[in-house]
Amino acid sequence: MDLKLLDVEPTEAERVVVDLFTGMGRDQLLPALHAVNDRVGWISQGALNHICRVLHIPPAEAYGVASFYSLFSLTERPARVVHVCVDLACQVNGAKALCDRLTDELGPAGARSGWLRSPCLGVCEKAPAALAFEAGEVAKEQLLAPTHAGEVIAVAAAGPSHVDDERAEVPQAGDSGLRLLKRVGVVDPESLDDYRATGGYQALRTALLLGPSGVIREITDAKLMGRGGAAFPTGRKWDATARQPVRPHYLVCNADESEPGTFKDRLLMEGDPFAVIESMTIAGFAAGCSKGYLYLRGEYPRALHLLRNAISKARERGFLGANIMGHEGFSFDIEIRRGAGAYICGEETAIFNSIEGFRGEPRSKPPFPVEQGLFGKPTVVNNVETLVNVPVILTEGCEAYTRIGTEGSTGPKLFCLSGNVSRPGVYEVPFGTTLGELLDLAGGVPPGRELRAVLLGGAAGGFVRPDELGLPLTMEDARAAGTTLGSGVVLVLDDTADLGSFLLRIAAFFRDESCGQCVPCRIGTVRQEEALHRLVGKRPLSTSAADLQLLREVGQVMRDSSICGLGQTAWNAIESALDRLGYAEEATS
Amino acid sequence: MTIVEIGLPKRLVEVTLDGESVRVPEGATILDACTAVGKSIPTLCYGDTLKPANACRVCMVEVEGSRTLVPSCSRKVEPGMVVRTESERTQHSRKLVLELLGSATDLSTTPHVDEWMSACGADPTRFGPPEPPSTDRDDRRPGEHEEPDGQTAATVRQPIKVDNPLYVRDYGKCILCYKCVDACGDQWQNSFAISVAGRGFDARISTEFATPLPDSACVYCGNCIEVCPTGALSFKREHDKREDGTWDESRQTQTTTVCTFCGVGCNLTLHVQDNEIVKVTSPHDSTVTHGNLCIKGRFGWQHVQNR
Repeated sequence: MDLKLLDVEPTEAERVVVDLFTGMGRDQLLPALHAVNDRVGWISQGALNHICRVLHIPPAEAYGVASFYSLFSLTERPARVVHVCVDLACQVNGAKALCDRLTDELGPAGARSGWLRSPCLGVCEKAPAALAFEAGEVAKEQLLAPTHAGEVIAVAAAGPSHVDDERAEVPQAGDSGLRLLKRVGVVDPESLDDYRATGGYQALRTALLLGPSGVIREITDAKLMGRGGAAFPTGRKWDATARQPVRPHYLVCNADESEPGTFKDRLLMEGDPFAVIESMTIAGFAAGCSKGYLYLRGEYPRALHLLRNAISKARERGFLGANIMGHEGFSFDIEIRRGAGAYICGEETAIFNSIEGFRGEPRSKPPFPVEQGLFGKPTVVNNVETLVNVPVILTEGCEAYTRIGTEGSTGPKLFCLSGNVSRPGVYEVPFGTTLGELLDLAGGVPPGRELRAVLLGGAAGGFVRPDELGLPLTMEDARAAGTTLGSGVVLVLDDTADLGSFLLRIAAFFRDESCGQCVPCRIGTVRQEEALHRLVGKRPLSTSAADLQLLREVGQVMRDSSICGLGQTAWNAIESALDRLGYAEEATS
Repeated sequence: MTIVEIGLPKRLVEVTLDGESVRVPEGATILDACTAVGKSIPTLCYGDTLKPANACRVCMVEVEGSRTLVPSCSRKVEPGMVVRTESERTQHSRKLVLELLGSATDLSTTPHVDEWMSACGADPTRFGPPEPPSTDRDDRRPGEHEEPDGQTAATVRQPIKVDNPLYVRDYGKCILCYKCVDACGDQWQNSFAISVAGRGFDARISTEFATPLPDSACVYCGNCIEVCPTGALSFKREHDKREDGTWDESRQTQTTTVCTFCGVGCNLTLHVQDNEIVKVTSPHDSTVTHGNLCIKGRFGWQHVQNR
């Protein structure tokens, strides 16, 4: 293919970072865009041109990819920018007042004023949150959480500090009953020795003894289900991939945690990064994968640093690479891919396109990933929390594991408590714990307030009422109650919360995050937001009842006819607020 | 004589279409099965010379056992499949998809869409009055949008792009079916001059940095225009004649001949109005071109009219 490039050259700084990709291919497009963004803070025409020259990509396609991600800018902007979270948990904790102050002091959000509004940054337990970024020879990132206007203004002026040694914390730290969180906040996440001293790499040793089919049998018998939201049986997924004669097989660890209100995977990666690496290695062994990709959302600098450290230490000590732990013929390695600001890339097929260097648009299924996934090869995609359950199963045995939780939902489960709750954070409880018990664990709503509603499962989940706290948190009970556990979001709203604004944020989120590929989602999310504004603002086109009907009809077509789960669930939470919380009556009366 | 590739013999698969048992060759799509029994399903992003893009969702049908509706243009039939093309759910989906498209896009030059809309009672105006055209669509950033007040309906209306003597790009009519991108890219032309850029409602067809076509990789083969289902892309000549009211398909004849420029032997269909060539296309079933041409066959016919 002859490339026709624009007649624009890169700057010296841009050329140096892009030239490092010489000899590589299309799948390095996203890393190359990151490299330029890290160096200069935006993607100029000259830089994109040079990336196209080096990686041999048509410029129109590279532009299509670069313009897909919200962390990149294709117009000039300063090297320093602060992303201020305005999503659900932060909204409940004063993000609006924070943004109003910033607007007053720095000017309206935008590249010129040095701050931008951001979707969920995944630090909901320390809301409101902001992430400062400064491009340079060494790009700096600093998480500000919980933050306040004064701090954001100071960091916007002085730049982020590079030293970020804050440790992951969970409210239950040190509790002897913990399995998934047992090391979080307790051991040094940078030390492989600490990891091994606390049982690390015993599970991989067991796995190598059991052999791939033995591991799959254990996981299947443990009835492990995916924790990313869809609850698909993990053993079946691994087995279906392992049986594919086509080689190579790939493993993708989905760490693109972007569901508003979700931060469990971040805590696992920050608090116990070696466990993620060991779990991926076991999964790779079982499903016959020679390579694993860890797709990490772009807004997790601390996790990135710790995972890079974990991978390089594991490689040094023979836990990654060829003949792992002396097991002849078992080779496996892991590459981290940073996302760049796109919720949709957590969709299990969009993640493939993103890794391959295409726009992060979901693919049509069938074919399913186990048959044709990454680079068209059989691929296992697992969420971080799902994977971290694997060593637990292999060390405790599948029988002991099934005794945790309930018949239909086995094992421990992480829940992300945020919003109007006394002790927000990630909690580990067995499946079957009731919603009320979980809220009690987190101290309930702040003193003097009353519970109004709980958003369960995230923006794609649904609301439950204060009189439904007896709901046992299992996949089957949630389904029977017409709701979902989703990614484990438990976002609490008390009587001070503004439900209308909260719903508008959900609608705005889906509009922003729709990839735009299919009509029901691309236009439906826009019409949903518009109709909701009319309903909340009590400014109907004709009557509120008609707007309500319009919302329902648009919601139905998104659910029925969208390509992927984003569009199919974009109406869930709003529908449940209307019907389950009675907002429909409130808005039309 | 046209040589038709018949391929290997195929097993027949029996499916139920709206209660009627139908046998179609293995590998056929639901849409193929519908066409075989004379059932008409509206389509927009489906192209007879392209791989299904699955984007427009106009052709969705209900398949028993499937949680969501499925795109008939790409879903292959399976033995025993029970398909409903006219169920309440299907009709609701079709009506809403057409309404959503019509509310955001100028469909005035999209063939058949008026019939489809009236058949299912679609009313694209019920989302509110359309917002005025905008000039910033090429610069919009992913992941952010101006907060609406709900009093107008967002649209893709925007100024027409005329930056060369051969093509007109009227993206206010674009439904993002991906067909032009696929025809320009790896499915046919391998020029890769255009791609989908941006995200969500602000996604658009664009060259790199929205640079004018003459600075892009475009080779003016016109194959994107050939597949455009809405008239968002059109030949400059056709566009000008439509503008001054002299475009009249009822006065046009179509004559298929062979291009004289080189030895490949592409079929050209000359669209002639008032003894003047006004457009050149190529038959989609031509085994030489599959509807595609190069700049010479597509646009190099002025000498014929040098009288």
